[in-house]
Amino acid sequence: MSGAQASMPGLWRGFFAVLRRDLLLAWRRPGDVLNPLIFFAIVATLFPLALGPDSDMLRSIGPGVVWVAALLAALLSLNSLFLSDFDDGSLEQLLLSAQPLPLMALAKTAAHWLLSGLPLVLVSPLVALSYDLPPVSLLAMAATLLPGTVSLSLIGATGAALTVGLHRGNALLSLLVLPLAMPVLIFGARTVSLASAGDSMAGGVYFLSAYCMFALTLAPFATAAALRISNE
Amino acid sequence: MTALLSVSELAVLRGERLLFHGIEFALNAGDCLLIEGANGSGKTSLLRVVAGLMPPDSGEIRWRGNETRLEPQVFRAALAWHGHKSGLKQDLTLIENLRCEAALRPTRSLAPDDLLGPLALSALTELPLRVLSAGQQRRVALARLLMTDVPLWLLDEPFTNLDRAGQALVNDLVGRHLAQGGVCVMAAHRGVSADLPTARLSLS
Repeated sequence: MSGAQASMPGLWRGFFAVLRRDLLLAWRRPGDVLNPLIFFAIVATLFPLALGPDSDMLRSIGPGVVWVAALLAALLSLNSLFLSDFDDGSLEQLLLSAQPLPLMALAKTAAHWLLSGLPLVLVSPLVALSYDLPPVSLLAMAATLLPGTVSLSLIGATGAALTVGLHRGNALLSLLVLPLAMPVLIFGARTVSLASAGDSMAGGVYFLSAYCMFALTLAPFATAAALRISNE
Repeated sequence: MTALLSVSELAVLRGERLLFHGIEFALNAGDCLLIEGANGSGKTSLLRVVAGLMPPDSGEIRWRGNETRLEPQVFRAALAWHGHKSGLKQDLTLIENLRCEAALRPTRSLAPDDLLGPLALSALTELPLRVLSAGQQRRVALARLLMTDVPLWLLDEPFTNLDRAGQALVNDLVGRHLAQGGVCVMAAHRGVSADLPTARLSLS
């Protein structure tokens, strides 16, 4: 029973073990990953069909609609972030692990973003094509969604951690997360609109990146604290 | 000499009700505490409080003389939790589950056969956990416990779902852990072998 310190696994090993486990679980159940993505694609492509082929109107509403669809798709996938871990007891094991909980929360958030945020970023230029947006806007769409979805995953993880102990906490989760997500939505959609009009998109991308860094710095600690409260 | 794990004046409220109060014990290397009590008497709550999952309403828990509330990370690196829920992923295989768990806490390096052989799990390594029986899943959770290299074991109902051989195995594992200088706190109604050197704590 000696040498406990010597056999303690490193921080990165813990981080990647949790990340790898969540990715592997998603690989075994691809439906959970595809649902938000399909939702995003359907909502964003239904609007042009319903509103008619008026290019000017589509170009003006496109950025907003795609961003709203992305935000809703991100919210849709949040509820399940900690729920299965809570139900099967893995969360207790994480809470009592020798690894720092904020790092474990960050690993889970990273897995969530890779599975729900990154696919949205990759698909968004294709979806935006149906709004007749100019090429620079397609680039702007991906460039704003990249820091935007990272922020949403980080903020959303905190909300999901707070509501994990409540059954049917889905509506509450949206209420908690949406106010914090508003700046992301406003700056994201507006930056794409400005890019379509030929303006610079740098300002918006800088703001979203700064917001993303802010969330990256604080959210793991808030998530860890929320997980401990939810498990009392 | 200070005890490894000592608990003093512990009390927990659940809503308006006082679940338990005045809990005191001190455990040294090789000691095992058996928590007994009827359903709902607070056995699991006491274990959760000791582990630090739940704060006590009064009293303190000390590990090697230091309050665990003040140094939670040191304490967590010294304990293994074997809860009512298995904490294992149903869609992953036994090996995948254990590989992830090994990265979370201090573990000893054991050959898979040495670890899984005594638990009668050697033939099941490639199957997803969801096809295993409830008893076999409890054995996988025991494998996680056996893999750890920590002094304190917290076991909540370790005999649930296990057959007679499995129950004997748990007694054997706990006995060996204690012989190596470990400490164990266990909540159980039945199944504990008379050979284990246990102190008893009854909750009413």
